Amino acid sequence: MSSKRIMTKMKQKLGRDYGLRIFFTLVMVLIALTMTIPIAWMLSASMKQAMDVTKLPIKWIPEYFYPDNYVEVWNIGGKARHDYHFGLAYFNSLKIAVICMVGAVLTSSMTGYAFAKIKFRGREAVFLFYLATMMIPSQITIIPKFVMFDALGMIGSHKTLILPGIFTITGTFLMRQCFTQIPDEIRESAKVDGASEFRIWASVMVPMAKSSMASLAIMVFLWTWNDYLNPLVFLPNWRLQTIPLALTSFIEEAGTQYHLMMAAAASALIPMFVVFIAGQKYLVKGITSGAVKG
Amino acid sequence: MREKRIKLSPQLRTDLTGYAFLLPNFLGCLLFTFIPVLCSLVFSFTDWDYTKGLGNWNFNGLTNYIEMWTDDWFLASLKNTLVYTAAVVPVTICLALVLSVIIDKYCLAKLPVRLAMLMPHLSSMVAISIVWVMMYSSFGPITQLVRWFGVEDVPKWLADYTWAMPAVILMMIWSKVGYAIMIYTSAIQGLPTELYEAADIDGASEIAKFFKLTVPFLSPTTFYLLITNIISSFQVFASIQIMTGGGPGNSTSVLVYYIYRSAFGYYKMGYASAMAWILFVMIFTVTLIQWRGQKRWVGY
Repeated sequence: MSSKRIMTKMKQKLGRDYGLRIFFTLVMVLIALTMTIPIAWMLSASMKQAMDVTKLPIKWIPEYFYPDNYVEVWNIGGKARHDYHFGLAYFNSLKIAVICMVGAVLTSSMTGYAFAKIKFRGREAVFLFYLATMMIPSQITIIPKFVMFDALGMIGSHKTLILPGIFTITGTFLMRQCFTQIPDEIRESAKVDGASEFRIWASVMVPMAKSSMASLAIMVFLWTWNDYLNPLVFLPNWRLQTIPLALTSFIEEAGTQYHLMMAAAASALIPMFVVFIAGQKYLVKGITSGAVKG
Repeated sequence: MREKRIKLSPQLRTDLTGYAFLLPNFLGCLLFTFIPVLCSLVFSFTDWDYTKGLGNWNFNGLTNYIEMWTDDWFLASLKNTLVYTAAVVPVTICLALVLSVIIDKYCLAKLPVRLAMLMPHLSSMVAISIVWVMMYSSFGPITQLVRWFGVEDVPKWLADYTWAMPAVILMMIWSKVGYAIMIYTSAIQGLPTELYEAADIDGASEIAKFFKLTVPFLSPTTFYLLITNIISSFQVFASIQIMTGGGPGNSTSVLVYYIYRSAFGYYKMGYASAMAWILFVMIFTVTLIQWRGQKRWVGY
């Protein structure tokens, strides 16, 4: 077969694929758009006046935008209600998520490093113990945790979310995997230079694991932000509510004020949008490195 | 310069450093996972009513474990959990497999499309459940779409005994498929290209390549997704609690929802712990299958 014939054949194939490409791109974009309909609908309804939300046929782009819903949900400039505050809940959620994020990244990178690089006796046995605890669902521990926190008088305190939140077994696995990929020679040469194990971890290994740590940080932040069952059980006081709880109590209070509910739901999703725009690279990495919610 | 008083052997020093690094995380793991699991096992053999106070319980052997099989709500919750899992997991995985292959092969704006599909997975389940409650309402887009297809008598989805579960299932597939697509995509990028070139030379069709090459090569990923999705489906809670509250009747009550209600609604800690252990055994069984299967399916 001459090279010319191969060329024309390739061109033909490319040409045929080109049509397919455009066709499938259109189909996929359509599917992706369909999947974003709930979110689009939420955004659209959050910008409408109360009576327009239920009006048919559905107007996807509001006739005129009505951002007052957000002002009302956030209670900006208004008189604070006696048992509910969205802004306060936002602050609580941010506080808990940030503390858990920093703590979890710190403890899991330490433990992950020890499992990957330090050859202490009993390492395999302890690791097996970790493997075993990983499959324990959080729902089974929530009753004893409630009993324990109640006995210690900690129910209705953010400690009930922060203390368990800064230890993640999944994160430990993620960091262990990352440190295993860093060659041993780097650690050896730092050792020869007289650096202590802690120094090696803090000033050699951590900088090399930055991107994995960023991925883990994003995942922990989103898990904590989205967590519902734990705050539901541990935080009965409205002043300490996190965003998911504030949303549900908002529904009870707002009744049929759908425009306000949608504005509240949209506000709760802001961190996710921020992560999507700012942390895309780490997000994809964090998800695909097998970080299963846990 | 620090003076060392005690001389330690190198191995002992390594041991001590290793455990020092483990300590914080290990303590947390012990305190918030391991000890609670053991406590919950102890609770499950008691008739503990939380309102009677700490320690005020009687051991009643296997009574909880026997009685639950005559409890209609438990049986319905178990059945619903299994139905939900059997519907959500295969559909999510098949859909994700086909979509991720097509996106990877043909789509032009790959990342934006994938990210758009991933969005629900990362959103607060509470927020999207609220949105979907509105979506299913009589003025929501889903009801409008069904009406547009000519159906006069559109069911009241979440308030309908037969339709509530399918409605929740549809929403959960929507929220899960993007994650599976991301996992499949990273696996597809590691597929051996030589085999596909060889298949091209043999003139194999795209469909044949999909079933004869892609599907077998992705089987470890499929297996992984199967296991993780089954486990997370056994644990479904937030969407049920917000969208239906287990109703109408007990048509959408699932295990975790009923455990939550028994423990924190009726304060039957002993009974709820026993049900939690049933859930644990279910998850444990699936994990065991994973450990066995991994050896056979995956080459590491």
